[in-house]
Amino acid sequence: MEKILLRNIETQDSHTLTVYQSRGGYRALQKALKEMTPEKVTEEVIASGLRGRGGAGFPTGRKWSFVPKDNPKPKYLVCNADESEPGTFKDRVLIEKDPHAVIEGLILASFAIQSHLAFIYIRGEFAFGYRVLEKAVEEVRQAGYIGKDILGSGYDLELIVHRGAGAYICGEETALLSSLEGQRGWPKLKPPFPATHGLFGCPTVVNNVETLAALPWIIDQGAAKYAALGTEKSKGTKLFSVCGQIQRPGVYEVEMGYPLKRFLEEDCGGVRVGRKLKGVIPGGSSVPILRWDEIGEARLDYESIQAAGSLLGSGGMIVIDDSTCMVKAACNIAHFYAHESCGQCTPCREGCHWMEKIFWRIENGQGNEKDLDLVADVSRHIMGNTICPLGDAAAMPAGAFINKFRDEFEYHIAHKKCMV
Amino acid sequence: MAVEFSPKTLSRVNNLISRYPHKEGAVLPVLYLAQEEFGHLSQESIEYVAKLMEIPTTRLYGTVSFYTLLHMRPIGRHHIQVCRTLPCALLGAEKITDFLKRKLGIKLGETTTDGKFTLSEVECLASCGTAPMMQINDDYYENLSEEKVEKILESLKGTST
Repeated sequence: MEKILLRNIETQDSHTLTVYQSRGGYRALQKALKEMTPEKVTEEVIASGLRGRGGAGFPTGRKWSFVPKDNPKPKYLVCNADESEPGTFKDRVLIEKDPHAVIEGLILASFAIQSHLAFIYIRGEFAFGYRVLEKAVEEVRQAGYIGKDILGSGYDLELIVHRGAGAYICGEETALLSSLEGQRGWPKLKPPFPATHGLFGCPTVVNNVETLAALPWIIDQGAAKYAALGTEKSKGTKLFSVCGQIQRPGVYEVEMGYPLKRFLEEDCGGVRVGRKLKGVIPGGSSVPILRWDEIGEARLDYESIQAAGSLLGSGGMIVIDDSTCMVKAACNIAHFYAHESCGQCTPCREGCHWMEKIFWRIENGQGNEKDLDLVADVSRHIMGNTICPLGDAAAMPAGAFINKFRDEFEYHIAHKKCMV
Repeated sequence: MAVEFSPKTLSRVNNLISRYPHKEGAVLPVLYLAQEEFGHLSQESIEYVAKLMEIPTTRLYGTVSFYTLLHMRPIGRHHIQVCRTLPCALLGAEKITDFLKRKLGIKLGETTTDGKFTLSEVECLASCGTAPMMQINDDYYENLSEEKVEKILESLKGTST
């Protein structure tokens, strides 16, 4: 398979402008600014079938098309580089090894929505990635790819790399915008959507790093070539970051529709010697776990993973083998969401802590038979009752762990110890 | 002496503010500068930055207290942050934390008496493929083992920064 997203990362000094350009970099930008209108760029991206790679999978070109053209306010393009979903480390590779692909994609997207100020919101912990991006931005400024009258097209764009300060919730787009406004990273109700009321109340598009990094190839090679890859509804390629109890963890680029079982066993080398696969969380810790016997014929595309009972999410894949206690794993994830809940909505703020407490009680041999129903009850009251999806993201995996590994939870409660 | 930015930092602050469409957009980068210059964000420095940014102190306090990388209390010169989230936990993060506690003789959230090390447990740092891992100040340390952590500690003990 021809690599699209990871096409440059193996090359020496792939993060520099010189190397990026020697490999066809900024050719798409030349093409867009000299031969295409913003509308044509948007149409091309719609035709490619590219869907948002941050986790939601919303069609990218359509997201752009919601930006009102007659709104007199400035428009903003924001790159979401707040990669924080447990199990996900794909954007970090692009930021550190191919920052120019991200920046070129960002300029293309900004041109498409006619934004003249773009931001890269990068999580604060990525200090190295921040420095790489700052340097890359300096290079493109020198080269004239950002600034006034880019490539003589009359189009202006400024770019700010903005560091977050440590908060998982800021990966949620409205929370990210609150944070970019200097506030607590509190999500906002949708509607109104950022496309009409975003950063400082202005029309704003937020796109993930991986989404943007796919754009130069799409514009350069053409939408049809991209759409020829993948399945009917999930086009192109996607990055999967694989971690946990697996032989070859890492970031893989896979054509959409690739068989999950084959991917885990052949590409990633399977679980460690002498161990058996117990479950896989396919799309970051917020999605339901798939038990080993649910993987079957599942394929790596949005529809197939959903049919198998989970979500493709960010493509952050956490592999768990039979040496792991699922009660303890559930405790770990519950703690994460309890810690990261922003505290705005009562069901999430209280519910996440309750779920964590109940899980720890079971893990510590103090659980009782009503506890599993209690978790189900708490999660039912969180789901759909919060401003942003963090509540659901905590409730979904909790429920899935109990439903799919109920025997382990019941054993813990009955015998006050672990069966693993 | 009252908390105040040096003239050099102040010009960086003004340059930052000029780049954002609204002054408030520059709040996080300015807070980073304040933390860099003042060591941590005391109430006095929060009041100073609030005045500078023309926003209510209470609101800025709300911002500062929200983020894990902004510190309202002094921390050690080397802030050791061990990832505890599932991918790292599956590969022995707990052992790394226990080892660090023993080696440094402190509990989580504490600083060694010489002010060199603060130990924290943090959530996912997006380095799951090289678990277990930790971050010390700006740098990531990956694929950790007890031996590796010991060497890292030794190398840091000799440094003054």
